[in-house]
Amino acid sequence: MATQTSEPVAVTEAGAVVERIRVAVPSGGVRHDLRAVSIVWRRELIRFRTDRLRAITSLVQPLLFLFILGTGLSSLAGHSLPSGVDFKTFIYPGVLAMSVLFTAIFSAGSIVWDREFGFLREILVAPVSRGAIVIGKCLGGATIATFQGVIFLALAGFAHVPYSPPLLLTLVGELVLLSFTLTAFGVMMAARIKQFQAFMALTQMLVMPLFFLSGALYPLNGLPGWLTVLTRIDPLTYVVGPMRYAVFAHLNLPAFIDVHLAPSITWGGWPVPLWLSLGIVAVMGLGMMGVAIAEFSKNE
Amino acid sequence: MVAKTGASPAAERLAVDAAAEAVISVSGLVKRYGEVEAVRGIDFSVARGETFGFLGPNGAGKTTTIKILCTLANATAGSATVAGHDSAADRDAVRRNIGLVFQDTTLDTYLTAEQNLRFHAELYGVPKAAVMPRMHQVMDMVGLWDRKDSLVSTFSGGMQRRLEIARGLLHAPHVLFLDEPTVGLDPQTRSSIWSYINDLKTREDITIFLTTHYMDEAEHCDRIAIIDHGKIVAIDTPEALKASIGKDRVQIQTADDQAAIAAMASTFGIEAAMHEGAVTFSVASGEQFVPQLFSELSIPIKSVSVSRPSLDDVFMSYTGTTIRDAEGGAGNEFMRNMHKMRSGGRR
Repeated sequence: MATQTSEPVAVTEAGAVVERIRVAVPSGGVRHDLRAVSIVWRRELIRFRTDRLRAITSLVQPLLFLFILGTGLSSLAGHSLPSGVDFKTFIYPGVLAMSVLFTAIFSAGSIVWDREFGFLREILVAPVSRGAIVIGKCLGGATIATFQGVIFLALAGFAHVPYSPPLLLTLVGELVLLSFTLTAFGVMMAARIKQFQAFMALTQMLVMPLFFLSGALYPLNGLPGWLTVLTRIDPLTYVVGPMRYAVFAHLNLPAFIDVHLAPSITWGGWPVPLWLSLGIVAVMGLGMMGVAIAEFSKNE
Repeated sequence: MVAKTGASPAAERLAVDAAAEAVISVSGLVKRYGEVEAVRGIDFSVARGETFGFLGPNGAGKTTTIKILCTLANATAGSATVAGHDSAADRDAVRRNIGLVFQDTTLDTYLTAEQNLRFHAELYGVPKAAVMPRMHQVMDMVGLWDRKDSLVSTFSGGMQRRLEIARGLLHAPHVLFLDEPTVGLDPQTRSSIWSYINDLKTREDITIFLTTHYMDEAEHCDRIAIIDHGKIVAIDTPEALKASIGKDRVQIQTADDQAAIAAMASTFGIEAAMHEGAVTFSVASGEQFVPQLFSELSIPIKSVSVSRPSLDDVFMSYTGTTIRDAEGGAGNEFMRNMHKMRSGGRR
């Protein structure tokens, strides 16, 4: 590994003897890659911490959905909900997913920003594997998006979702998974797209369909065939479903209400088990991260 | 354009030394972008500890060459070795051994100076115990240690460039690449950047490869290569290049410049041309020629200036144009870079 020695060397014009610190940079290795992952991750956190405005603004949209749309629609939707179930409770899991959606994808979008302003070149010319950089970026985006989700999770009480520790832990775990996959998706796109405006336009175009098709605002059973198909190919569905299932499991409602409002996701009548549902999301995230790594390695 | 051959003995000796311990050696390098041939087969080598400059107008192939050397672009043909490693086959080994300062800023302006350097240290795997002392040292070298906790967005263009130089040195590279290190900076800041670069040569055991289109900056180099239209047209020490011209440059302002050019040819048999708004020509000893000029030239002369050969003249004699005239065609790219620099600093 690397060594460090100090030896007095040059004398400057002012006559001062300068200690030259010899630095030997190691040639690769897992430890070096881990340091790279860690610093890319830490930069993401520093940038998030210094950008409070972003943290606040990305909470605005989910708050609008929960309190304005949720309250407004409950007079209408309330009639079809069993007594004791608030419409806000019903949409809470979906809106919680939304609270990480923008943060995760925009944090990946900072790659496009970095490319436009040159910083990406500093990263790409470093003697470190592209994999380490992409993994650091995905973990960084996942961390800040999860953090954003946790802030929103603190408002669970307003939607009559109980603050039960097992429920909160389950939801945080699912948020981590979702944030990671969404960031990986964003990084994969950012590897290709060179202009920030184009990235913004594309994500704006994709994010709302992802949200609307996830079943965030309506139950997934009894939909027309074409919509059923579309909801089943939306990766967000496979997180919103389990999150709603977890919330309703903690509400002490009669079982038939759970089945009606938080049904299992089905494929042609076959109920997809929870583990498979979440497994799909994890595999998609890893797959997209793999594509991103390949893409950045190809750009060499 | 005529490529002159026959380097001076000093340059030949340097070239021999360079072959013995070349930190950079390039042979037959070609880079094509579609139809455009940016670099058309260049060969050179740079000795350890040398400060080597690529001098040429924008679009001459300087940045393309530096990109290939720094593993950021692949050559179409030929090879380049940097610090003993092939720049195409052994990228990571080259990257560990080089420091880079680009034309456009590559700092994260939302981070502090120290955070930028720490990011670099971690990415390059600088041993943990060495990170702090080395950061202190390189920031001291460019006079920014007391500003280490400031956000880079609050730095002026010159300070950002100094910080980039410090960062490029952080992992103690063998070669420091400076691509147009002072472009877009005011003259005062340019000279301060150069005093830092000259200072670091005494402090660090380092080879410097730089590109520039400023003649006065090329004077700082031990050797320069004049590159034009993707080819090296001359390569030597600045002194040897100037000596090779052997003629003084005379510029005159006259009542009728076109008539004066014709008269120069008919009266003295000297070929004169318009450069920088004056009738310009070269003669062996300018001061002795001026009295003769006044007595024999039929066109009234308004002013006259005689100058010893400068790198401008060297450039003109090898390429048939001054660098400013050559810039004319590439002016748009230059403006674009300037604009990018400024908007980069402002955001």
